[in-house]
Amino acid sequence: MSIFLNEKSRVIVQGMTGSEGTKHTARMLASGTNIVGGVNPRKAGETVDFDGQAIPVFGSVADAMRETGADVTVVFVPPKFAKSAVIEAIDAGIGLAVVITEGIPVHDSVEFWAHAQGKQTRIIGPNCPGLITPGESNAGIIPADITKAGPIGLVSKSGTLTYQMMYELRDLGFSSCVGIGGDPVIGTTHIDALQAFEADPDTKAIVMIGEIGGDAEERAAAFIADNVTKPVVAYVAGFTAPEGKTMGHAGAIISGSAGTAQAKKEALEAVGVKVGKTPSETARLMREIIEKA
Amino acid sequence: MDLFEYQARDIFAKHGVPVLPGAVATTAEDAKKIAEGIDGMTVVKAQVKVGGRGKAGGVKLANTADEAFTHAQNILGMDIKGHTVHKVMVAQASDIAEEYYFSFLLDRSNRTFLAMASKEGGVEIEQVAEETPELLAKVPVNPIDGVDVAKAREILEQGRFPADIIDQAAEVVVKLWDVFIKEDATLVEVNPLVKDPSGKIIALDGKVTLDENAGFRHADHEELEDKSAVDPLEQAAKEKDLNYVKLDGEVGIIGNGAGLVMSTLDVVAYAGEEFPGQPKPANFLDIGGGASAQVMANGLEIILGDPSVKSVFVNVFGGITACDEVANGIVQALALMHERGEEVTKPLVVRLDGNNVEKGRAILNEANHPLVEQVDTMDGAARRAAELAGAK
Repeated sequence: MSIFLNEKSRVIVQGMTGSEGTKHTARMLASGTNIVGGVNPRKAGETVDFDGQAIPVFGSVADAMRETGADVTVVFVPPKFAKSAVIEAIDAGIGLAVVITEGIPVHDSVEFWAHAQGKQTRIIGPNCPGLITPGESNAGIIPADITKAGPIGLVSKSGTLTYQMMYELRDLGFSSCVGIGGDPVIGTTHIDALQAFEADPDTKAIVMIGEIGGDAEERAAAFIADNVTKPVVAYVAGFTAPEGKTMGHAGAIISGSAGTAQAKKEALEAVGVKVGKTPSETARLMREIIEKA
Repeated sequence: MDLFEYQARDIFAKHGVPVLPGAVATTAEDAKKIAEGIDGMTVVKAQVKVGGRGKAGGVKLANTADEAFTHAQNILGMDIKGHTVHKVMVAQASDIAEEYYFSFLLDRSNRTFLAMASKEGGVEIEQVAEETPELLAKVPVNPIDGVDVAKAREILEQGRFPADIIDQAAEVVVKLWDVFIKEDATLVEVNPLVKDPSGKIIALDGKVTLDENAGFRHADHEELEDKSAVDPLEQAAKEKDLNYVKLDGEVGIIGNGAGLVMSTLDVVAYAGEEFPGQPKPANFLDIGGGASAQVMANGLEIILGDPSVKSVFVNVFGGITACDEVANGIVQALALMHERGEEVTKPLVVRLDGNNVEKGRAILNEANHPLVEQVDTMDGAARRAAELAGAK
């Protein structure tokens, strides 16, 4: 079992014919993802060859879904066109849209999020590495060869910290790893992933990685207190980040007293979540939990 | 990007928000000239991106152009909470009958836009929010519906704006919404929004924050950037498209991915506590995903060019980024600097893991540069980099 993505997922790629899209479609295919098509209105009807596998290009998400039964789309469309690509996917009624694109104006994200309300599309991202269910499917850019299937669920704002944590716990393995992205406005939140991991019988424990900015970690802590029975271990990056400086992610900024790593750590610890000081300490805390069980 | 008040005022004017006549000056002479062109009294206001300038003496009324000159002379160069005043705005002074507060902003937590309105303006809005929260209306704005006159009235009524000015204020609010949407702002704040004795509504002071991700649809936003405030190393990094933030420590940091680099800063700071002088990170530098050898070399050059750096920590977990590219970048940068006659004397601690790690480590072993040391783990490498910075 897993969350949001499994071996049955039928994945299309919006922006498959662009350079990033092509590179990562090849990687997703190589890791066993069932890629059933790409979307590019200007190249509809063509096919793209990936190491002997011919992947058809469709003119729209709706066409691709009708022809292939696709239920997941991975979006690599550049920032300028990302909003309309995501809205197209929502209107086509796809179940999951994973938005990898970095640098989308926040007004565009707010707009496609508003558009998704009351519709059936789950959005992950934007500005995220996507998600992987090891051994089953990989929707995005997370390297598939770091680890294997196992009992840990991982949700993270950061891409490389996701990889680092997967690596530290590679011998134990993961049910699913979800990179939710570091933008100020994102679709799927820590809470959404925590809820799904809680409901997933194969997930025994959860690692949550946060970073400075916003109040998502504090809200996640409140959610954990009331709704999560599985053990949760957390890590928050940015304890030593100065106020008022954006640390790489558009959302990673401490403004005034809001968004500090210390406040997030305290909120999580107050509800019984063990918070590691470093990625390696966090991994050790998780290891203790799994090995005790 | 946060704007200066005068830039916010110009953007307000562009979208038809009522503001008072005025202009910005960098010298007292220019301030005098501006004052000469304005009827009646003027106000000379320090342009700094920090609150509390009135209390600090950065806002002065002038009866004559000569007085404006004197005030400008006193205010220019003044230090306000660590910000040096390089510019003043000279504007017509307004008599104020009433002061209100109004803003549009991004509401991260609820993933929507928010309007805030209060009849209690002119003071710190955080104070109103804390002491009399019932006087500060917070009204969610659906981005698809936007703000028309009816919605504007609804917001103002909730903010308890007086009935006699609601029609006029609602028109101003619709124009502020235009500013918010058409300029891709994440904050448009007017404090105070005033009623003058004749009953006219005017935006007297404004704060605007623009979304840098939206720069591609606003060619004119680039010139709003305050180049004087940018650290020269940050400027050099920006020209090379590197995500760099200067900090005040001694250990240069390069990594891939914002989260990993932030985490590296923490791990180095913790490690530094054990060593003489408690060395800290000197910078944040994210070379991003899939970085080439060239990008790595550019980053290393920036860091080695920082005189406060005593040691460098390269921390890469290769996901998309290939460790052999990173290793080649290190070797190239060192060779290039050697060719230019810039002798590198700062030790480099390198930790590589992930994609093509064996190749990457082999490249560095083969180059066998005396200043480059490889350490297997992030914690171990952070400790070593801190130790080297502390020892010097």
